[in-house]
Amino acid sequence: MRFVDEFRDADKAHALAAKIAALCEPGRRYKLMEVCGGHTHTIYKHGLEDYLPESITLVHGPGCPVCVIPMGRVDDAIHLASQPDVIMTSFGDMMRVPGSGGSFFDANAEGTNIRMVYSPLDSLKIARQNPDKQVVFMAIGFETTAPSTAMTMLRAAREGLTNFSVFCNHVTIVPAIKAILDSPDLRLDGFIGPGHVSTVIGCRPYEFIAQQYGKPVVVAGFEPLDILQSIYMLMVQLSQGRSEVENQYSRVVPWNGNLAALKAIGETMELRPYFEWRGLGFISHSALKVNQEYAAMDAELLFQVPGVRVADPKACQCGEVLKGVLKPWECKVFGTACTPETPIGTCMVSPEGACAAYYNFGRMNRNRVAEVSRA
Amino acid sequence: MTAGQVQGQPGWIDEALREHAQHEQAEQLDAAREAPGPGNRRQLPLADREQQVLDRIDRARRRRPRVREERITMSHGAGGKATQTLIEAIFLDTFRNPLLEPLEDAAQLQVNGSRLALTTDSYVVKPLFFPGGDIGDLAINGTVNDLSVSGATPLYLSAGFILEEGFPVADLNRVAESMRDAAAAAGVQIVTGDTKVVEKGKADGCYINTAGVGLIERDVNLGVAGAQPGDAIIVSGPIGDHGITIMLARGELDIEADIISDTAPLNGLVAGLLDAVPSVRAMRDATRGGVATILNEIAKAANVGVLVSEDDIPVRAEVRGASELLGIDPMYVACEGRLVAVVPGGEADRAVAALRAHPLGGQAAVIGHVRAEQPGIVQLKTAFGGTRIVDLLVGDPLPRIC
Amino acid sequence: MCLGIPGEVIELHPEQPDLAKVDVSGVRRMINIGLLVDDPPVPGEWVLIHVGFALSKIDENEAAAAMQFLEGIGQAYEDEIAALRASLIE
Repeated sequence: MRFVDEFRDADKAHALAAKIAALCEPGRRYKLMEVCGGHTHTIYKHGLEDYLPESITLVHGPGCPVCVIPMGRVDDAIHLASQPDVIMTSFGDMMRVPGSGGSFFDANAEGTNIRMVYSPLDSLKIARQNPDKQVVFMAIGFETTAPSTAMTMLRAAREGLTNFSVFCNHVTIVPAIKAILDSPDLRLDGFIGPGHVSTVIGCRPYEFIAQQYGKPVVVAGFEPLDILQSIYMLMVQLSQGRSEVENQYSRVVPWNGNLAALKAIGETMELRPYFEWRGLGFISHSALKVNQEYAAMDAELLFQVPGVRVADPKACQCGEVLKGVLKPWECKVFGTACTPETPIGTCMVSPEGACAAYYNFGRMNRNRVAEVSRA
Repeated sequence: MTAGQVQGQPGWIDEALREHAQHEQAEQLDAAREAPGPGNRRQLPLADREQQVLDRIDRARRRRPRVREERITMSHGAGGKATQTLIEAIFLDTFRNPLLEPLEDAAQLQVNGSRLALTTDSYVVKPLFFPGGDIGDLAINGTVNDLSVSGATPLYLSAGFILEEGFPVADLNRVAESMRDAAAAAGVQIVTGDTKVVEKGKADGCYINTAGVGLIERDVNLGVAGAQPGDAIIVSGPIGDHGITIMLARGELDIEADIISDTAPLNGLVAGLLDAVPSVRAMRDATRGGVATILNEIAKAANVGVLVSEDDIPVRAEVRGASELLGIDPMYVACEGRLVAVVPGGEADRAVAALRAHPLGGQAAVIGHVRAEQPGIVQLKTAFGGTRIVDLLVGDPLPRIC
Repeated sequence: MCLGIPGEVIELHPEQPDLAKVDVSGVRRMINIGLLVDDPPVPGEWVLIHVGFALSKIDENEAAAAMQFLEGIGQAYEDEIAALRASLIE
């Protein structure tokens, strides 16, 4: 596969690993955060940590849009799906996330009609085929996915569809990163920056991290060599005492982002004054909702959503895992009461969740690369 | 969203915590009894703490399975963890007997001095007709294959039909003809059957249940529990063809590809393998749950480690493309005409040659080995050169966007 | 962040300008290219596909540059290893 296979090449990985190890200052430890859940997934799926020396720790960040959805919003979604004549459409990622009374799969067993879709546009097809039903799309994702939801709404409007609406749970990445930077619990040396979010918002929004907080940021692609190269670029910056935003993923990410995508979001959505994030609490201006002009497609207005806040379960330490304060295995219920089969928190059930990645892929002791490069 | 009422921790979480606390307490008492000492009061170094957690997880995974859900969900039918838990906690527990316990693809029975293999399967595939075959082909081939991988010569099948009111008779004819042709190709006979009709809305057109009986004439005792360190693990051809074909054929994903189901009877392939390598330890028909599920079954049943290499696993380019697009792993995708064989390490080359000599085994390959380290765990050396675990999925591989 | 796969545009939809068919390793799907309206792709160009939309065009020059950098590192590594081996021989 072009643009994929060449970035999974093991020989180049060995070379990069040697370079990275050579940049480690003796006695110094490095903590680099990969913000995106997608990066966490790649790191574990390809066994990337095998190429890093002990002195570099990768800290998993909150960039998993499924992981940060509070339990109450899952309950709200199921409530919507339970309304008469509603077909809810959802990405596969959400189907097993536990709400107070079970997941979407469990809800289907009790009678709801929640259908998996690959694209939000598939919801429109279902809406056209079922004119007597209300199709509600469970919209999740960061700025990567919001434009697709926006375009879907624009298309629905063009077609004059009246039985389609969106339950909007889109969140924005910068406030989450800022919450991490302001957190007293964590000292990080640099960031492996979001890849696909950056195709939409560009690289400028991360400049404050380098300029105000003095931490280097490298926007990274999703193949293992992309991440390894980004780590290398971060280590070069650190060894030179620089803190800048660099774009490793330049083959896909335009420095200025995608204007058409931002326009589509602007036409159909607006920022919520505040939104609750699992583990991070309420963050202002961190999420999107359907705007007034498109109110006819806002599921929260068309239907009564209970909006009950469900406190993050006491036993669940997803919040600390999301902030990078705890490693997945350091959570007290990891692997025992909370497993992929019996998840308590979102981190264990989201395909991008750090706990899921560690449990499914990484649950092993590793022989790390020696600090002195050996043949 | 209102920041008004706050609801507390749901009851099912408290229950889960209580249950695990009880188990942990019991296990700690046992451990203390066996090795009394001052206890681990000191803070252990990081690597040891992580190992402690891994050990704790290992214990949790070996506990008796229990079905927590009150209702059956789609996950229970996917062939992964949820299915396994269901089978062990409900069926194995309730029907318990030594013939059932191995939970192999067929039961091995002794009847009046003859060794028989008996298997049963139900076919609920949707759509009924897909590129490369139909539900009829699956029904015959699937049953033949379960018998074959148990070392039996497949002989006689039963076919029970559950038909939906309104199902076109022409379609039923098509299915029956497919079954006739598949049975002839496999050299088996359908000797008994049953027909029921249910109201419109049930049975998705047509469900088929089969049972199959075969004669184990060879002096073999196949079973994954017999896998030993040093054994080679072989797959008979590219994986994931059937599952991807079905996913695409459902039409919801709007993806076109020239992928067809690999449904095929494997009795000839198996015979060739057993002729060349009578010391084969085990074979499994790779169906729902995919190759990854079988690897885990080997690791668990024989309490051994398994290490496979991503570079060595044959996957067609289109299957890979579709999988990458959807974010699923071909290792978990169903096949219907592939087997996984465990053979003594020294016989690996001969086994692969025997498979490749048969038209259905042209791309057979060694994908990994059984080892003593990390019993119960399947590891993969990735194409990138790192290592990761391959665990069972809970349910079906779900297309993801993240 | 989320799952994005490179695919080659093989044809534009004859009637709907915001749709195009892409090929990923022999697998084909119609996707929406409306987000690339400022610089629409043409057959032969590659795009990043996410949930049925093209989010960005793949810049082949940048990809080549990235590969060159990695190959360069690889070559330097090979040279070092060769040098190391040579120094070990007798």
